[in-house]
Amino acid sequence: MNDASRVIEVNGLSLIFPTSDGDVHALQDIDLTINQGDFVSFIGPSGCGKTTLLRVIADLEQATSGSIEVNGMTPEEARLARAYGYVFQAASLYPWRTIASNVALPLEIMGLKGDEIRSRVEHNLALVDLAGFGRKYPWQLSGGMQQRASIARALAVEPDLLLMDEPFGALDEIVRDHLNEQLLKLWAKTNKTVVFVTHSIPEAVFLSNKIVVMSPRPGRIQEVIESDLPAERDLSIRETQAFLHLANRVRDGLRAGHSYDEVS
Amino acid sequence: MAESVNLHVITGEPQAARPYRFRAMERFLFGGAGMLALLGLLLQAPWQISLATLAVALIAFLQLKRSRLLAAIATGAMALVAANSLIDLVDQPEAINAGFWCLVAAAWLLAWGCVDQLSAIKTLSRSYRTVLNVLIPVLFGLWLLILWELLTRGLNVPQVLLPAPSQIGQRFMESRAILWMDFKQTFLRAVLIGYAIGCGAGFIVAILIDRSPFLQRGLLPIGNLVSALPIVGVAPIMVMWFGFDWPSKAAVVIIMTFFPMLVNTVSGLSAAQPMQHDLMKTYAASYWQSLFKLRIPEALPFIFNALKINSTLAMIGAIVAEFFGTPTLGMGFRISTEVGRMNVDMVWAEIAVAALAGSLFYGLVALLERIFTFWHPSVRS
Repeated sequence: MNDASRVIEVNGLSLIFPTSDGDVHALQDIDLTINQGDFVSFIGPSGCGKTTLLRVIADLEQATSGSIEVNGMTPEEARLARAYGYVFQAASLYPWRTIASNVALPLEIMGLKGDEIRSRVEHNLALVDLAGFGRKYPWQLSGGMQQRASIARALAVEPDLLLMDEPFGALDEIVRDHLNEQLLKLWAKTNKTVVFVTHSIPEAVFLSNKIVVMSPRPGRIQEVIESDLPAERDLSIRETQAFLHLANRVRDGLRAGHSYDEVS
Repeated sequence: MAESVNLHVITGEPQAARPYRFRAMERFLFGGAGMLALLGLLLQAPWQISLATLAVALIAFLQLKRSRLLAAIATGAMALVAANSLIDLVDQPEAINAGFWCLVAAAWLLAWGCVDQLSAIKTLSRSYRTVLNVLIPVLFGLWLLILWELLTRGLNVPQVLLPAPSQIGQRFMESRAILWMDFKQTFLRAVLIGYAIGCGAGFIVAILIDRSPFLQRGLLPIGNLVSALPIVGVAPIMVMWFGFDWPSKAAVVIIMTFFPMLVNTVSGLSAAQPMQHDLMKTYAASYWQSLFKLRIPEALPFIFNALKINSTLAMIGAIVAEFFGTPTLGMGFRISTEVGRMNVDMVWAEIAVAALAGSLFYGLVALLERIFTFWHPSVRS
C-alpha cells in the first residue's frame, strides 16, 4: 500500500473526557489504517467509543494524545478543506428549507453558483431515489426518506470520504434493509471510502469489507476483521454459510472484549 | 322498537336514520328562548316580537336536525330584528317592564343559539370554515354591544359610569379629526418608532451578547434591571431628557420593549440542537453563515413571541407616558384631560381607537409570524 491510497491513518490515539467524577477514557491506544475505497464498519456496544472515534476523524472531537491524519492532513485541515461528508444518527434537516434547499445548504456555504448547485442537488436526489421530492418539506416525508435526503446532502459536497454515524439506527428493519442495499450500490458506483458506525452485527457484516470490533471501558479496538464476502452482494447473502461464519467471528470478537453480556 | 330493528336485519332494508338527540345546550337555548318569549307575551311585552321570537325558536328547534345553517340564519336574523325593535323601545319609560326584559333575554338566548349552531357545524371546506371563523366572533362581539346598549339605556345607567355604545359611536364620528390627530401622535410616532428602535436594539444587543461572553455576563443582568424600572418613574425623567413631544414617549416605549426582545432572542439563538451545530461545523461554515442559515431561523419563533408581547407593551407604554406631560395632543393626554371634564364618552372613544389599533398591530405581527415560521410544529398543524 502506498501512502496515496491511505485515507485515514491513526496511531496510538487516546481521548480522555475530564468529568466531575474523574476522567473517562473514551478511546485508548487506537491504531487504524483506512484505505481509499474501503467500506469500514465500527461495531461495538454503547460506550465503546465508536462514535467518538468517528467524531475525532471529523474534527468534532480532539484527541488527547497520539496522531491522526485524514488525507495526509490534520482532521481540522481536512474539515476546513471539506474532505468528508458526515451523516448523523438523525436526519437533522432544517424544517424551514425544502428537501432540495436542504441538500443545497452545504453548497451555498461552499459558495457555489446557482447552476452548479441546481445540477448537484438534482443529481444527488436522484442518486438516493428522491427525484421529484425536492419541493417537499422534511416534515412531509417519512423517516426513511428524510435520512435518504440527509445522505444526498452529504454526497452533494462530493467528498471522497463518507462518515456515517448509525444513520439507519432509528429506522425500522424493513426500511433499514432497503437502505443498506441502496448504500452498497451507491458505494460500488462511486468508489468512495465509507466509515460506518453501527451496533448491528448483520448490518456491519453485510456492508463492510473491513469490520473494526471495539470494546468499552476504555474504548479500544478489539479486532479488525477483513471480510471475504464477494464485493457484489444482495440481501440474500445473509443466508449463506460464509456470511454466518463472518457474523460469528464478529460476535466472538465482541465477546472477547468482555462486552457481549452488556449488549445482550 | 326491538321488533322493527329485527325486521331490518331480516329483510336487509336500510335501517332508518337514528333519531337526532338534542344536546342539553340546544334544549336550554331554544327552549329557554321560547319560554321567555311566552312569558314576555303574558307580561305585556309587544306581542308581535314575542310571537315571532316564539315561532322562530320552535322552527329552529325542529329545523336544526336537518340543517344547522338554516337554524342559525333564522335565529340570528330573528334575534337581530328583536334587538332592533327593543332598542327602538328602550327610551320610552312606559315600555320598560318585566316583559321587556324577558324579550331581551329571549333574543339573547336566540343569538346564543345561533352562535352555538354555527360553532357546531362540521365542514371540510376551508373557505366555509374561514367564513365561520370570522362570523362567530363578530356575532359574539355584536351581541355584547347590543346587551350593553340595552342595559345602560334601559336601566338609565349614568353616562359618567358607563355610556351606551351608540353614544360612544356618535362621539367617535363627531371627533374623528381629533382622534386621528391623537392617533398620529401616539401610535404612528411614539408607538411605532419606539417599537422599531426598541425591538431592533434588543435584537442587535442579543447578537453582540452572543459573540462576547463578557457582555453576556455584564449586560444581561443590567438589561434585567432596566426591565424592572417602573414606567411611572421613568416617564417623567424621559420628559425631562427628551422634551414634551413624542420622542420622550418613544423613549419609554424603547425601554419597555428592549428587554423582552433581548431575552427572547438570546434564548432563541441557543435553541439549535448540538447536532445541527455539528452539521454546520462539518461544512466549515463561518460564524455568520451558521448565524444566518441556522441560528436566526431557529430563533424566529422566540423573536416573534417577543414582537407580539411588545406590540401590546408599546401601546400601554406610550399612552401611560403621556400622562406625565405632553403637548395638547395624544391618546393618553386626551384620556387624562377628558376624564377630568367628565366627558367619559370621549375617553371610551379613545379606548376604542387604542383597542382597535392594538389588535390590528398584534394581528399583523401574528400574521407575519405564520408566514415566517410556517415550518414550526405549532404553526403547521
